[in-house]
Amino acid sequence: MAALTFYRRPSRAAKLRPPQDDGALYGPVLMTTLFTILFDGVAYGMLLFVLACGLAVTLGLMNFVNLAHGAFAMAGGYICAILVNRSGVPFFVALPIAFMASAVIGLIMERSLYRHLYHRSPLDQVLFTIGLTFMSVTAVDYVMGSSQTFIHLPEMLQGQFNLFGIGVGRYRLMIIVICGLLTLGLQLILARTRFGSRLRAAVDDPRAASGLGINVPQVFALTFAFGSGLAGLGGALGAEILGLDPYFPLKFMIYFLIVVTVGGSSTITGPFLASLLLGIADVAGKYYVPKLGAFVIYTVMIVLLIWKPNGLFGRTAAR
Amino acid sequence: MNADRTVGEFALNRSRWGWSEMVFWLLAVASIFVFSDRYLILTEIAWLGLFAMSLDLILGYAGIVSLGHAAFFGVGAYTAGLLAVHGIVKEPILALLVAGLAATVLGFVTSFLVIRGSELSQLMVTLGIALLLRELANKFSNITGGFDGLQGISIDPILGLFAFDLFGKVGYIYCLVVLFVLFLLARRIVNSPFGLSLRAIRNNPLRAAAVGIPVNRRLVAVYTLSAFYAGIAGALFTQTTALASLDVFSFDRSADLLLVLVIGGTGYLYGGLIGAVVFRILQDLFSSWTPQFWQFWIGLVLVLIVLIGRERMYRGVMWLPRNFARRFGKTKPAAMSDGGAS
Repeated sequence: MAALTFYRRPSRAAKLRPPQDDGALYGPVLMTTLFTILFDGVAYGMLLFVLACGLAVTLGLMNFVNLAHGAFAMAGGYICAILVNRSGVPFFVALPIAFMASAVIGLIMERSLYRHLYHRSPLDQVLFTIGLTFMSVTAVDYVMGSSQTFIHLPEMLQGQFNLFGIGVGRYRLMIIVICGLLTLGLQLILARTRFGSRLRAAVDDPRAASGLGINVPQVFALTFAFGSGLAGLGGALGAEILGLDPYFPLKFMIYFLIVVTVGGSSTITGPFLASLLLGIADVAGKYYVPKLGAFVIYTVMIVLLIWKPNGLFGRTAAR
Repeated sequence: MNADRTVGEFALNRSRWGWSEMVFWLLAVASIFVFSDRYLILTEIAWLGLFAMSLDLILGYAGIVSLGHAAFFGVGAYTAGLLAVHGIVKEPILALLVAGLAATVLGFVTSFLVIRGSELSQLMVTLGIALLLRELANKFSNITGGFDGLQGISIDPILGLFAFDLFGKVGYIYCLVVLFVLFLLARRIVNSPFGLSLRAIRNNPLRAAAVGIPVNRRLVAVYTLSAFYAGIAGALFTQTTALASLDVFSFDRSADLLLVLVIGGTGYLYGGLIGAVVFRILQDLFSSWTPQFWQFWIGLVLVLIVLIGRERMYRGVMWLPRNFARRFGKTKPAAMSDGGAS
């Protein structure tokens, strides 16, 4: 297992006994395992959604391929780790700080660098963001060292409790709650507020939107910052599950891209469903066919892309 | 008839050897004697140049952006390694061809996936295929040796005559000859009507289809060809270093390759070769500076190139030689304007 491409702390599902161990309990154990996989998968998927939804908006709004998105997530993760481990800031205070800090970094980057590249060819955008990724990876390696970083969690988030005979991990439950609330909030902002309708208009047709007096660059800068902030929050929340080391942006780049390409970028529901699917499929694949590892995910992605090049749920993955 | 002849003349004019090209290859030959203590780096430049040329064939001539070109490199490398370890094909040149063909088959099969869909899904699919192969090589560690790589690769003498020596002189000459032969082939191909049709597709696929170019078939063909070249580059890597590990499929390799090609410039075949030289020198410089963190500077170079703008950078670099040519060599611009008028 040490030879896995994507290092992850062994999930609880992987540590469970195989179902065929006791014959008498076969049925119930199978059910519990299934629930545990589902639960872990949903937690993982929601985390992926928070990490990747900023990328979906960037791609949908400006058709910008931001391969450095994971770097913002890593920034959030490390900021949270430094605050909690070195300065003793409570975990729940560190989370919003990680969000804000990543958002500010995102805003600065957008205003200073990214905005020059919106009208460049995809090759330029890819080169630029790969360069940024390399720089962030080595810079973090230099400052923080190349080993895994863990965030000290408060007592109340460790371990699991029993719910109708099913072991429920406290931390994963918290992730589901936080990410679920965030998703609801995002959906409400997008559907009900003025900013949301501006954003949707700009995604649909930037030229017409700016013709109607919507300040598209401003909308974009704010969205970019917000998306980076969410990625940072996701990085902080996910340090426990996904692992946090300097190679985070490279390891999870493909996962973010899968979420976006499969989910499409015209709605928020598309990436959300895609993340859940990816999370559950990944956890289940690792449990039932551990030999194949990440193979399942890549195959599913390629098949999906051939079957529906524009994403499973989206109208257009890229214009 | 008339149009055919003008296209033919145009292609012929383009395919004429200029003095700068001859100088380039003379320098390459001279490097065998001048840098006799640097054969290992020179060899690396040679296969990297071939690898970059293979990317240039699809990126510079057909406009396909690939984030997973290491897939073909890796298949070539492992094929050459396995052939040598199990003693199936002993002769290096034959093994090279077999490795190239293995990559070609993969290129042909995957080309149908790659040419569909938008640029984003092209990026995704190429990246996905490379990751998939890496995962496969990892899982079938009984065949590939997993993380440790293939053990015990020993390469027989070329044609049974020239044994690989410790200093890598034979290896370098071997790489250089293969590179030159494949370069001639690529040069012939891109200057043929086939190559011109590829350029038409890159500039505007819709218009190319409208004038009767079978766009998809041409893209499949060039993608397959490019896979062949990348496979050969991978096989050269394995044969000269006696190494084949999971690293051949890594994302970094594909990303570095993009940088190599961008440094040299796309769409004129020499870009990959010049880029390989510059990239290797830069890499050497950076790793002597900060051994562990040279990738930071590589990233910085990428960012700067994009921010400056690729076009502007080439204009800046070419300013001196052009100025020089204008002042001293009156014949060159005149010949070029002749070619344009006819």
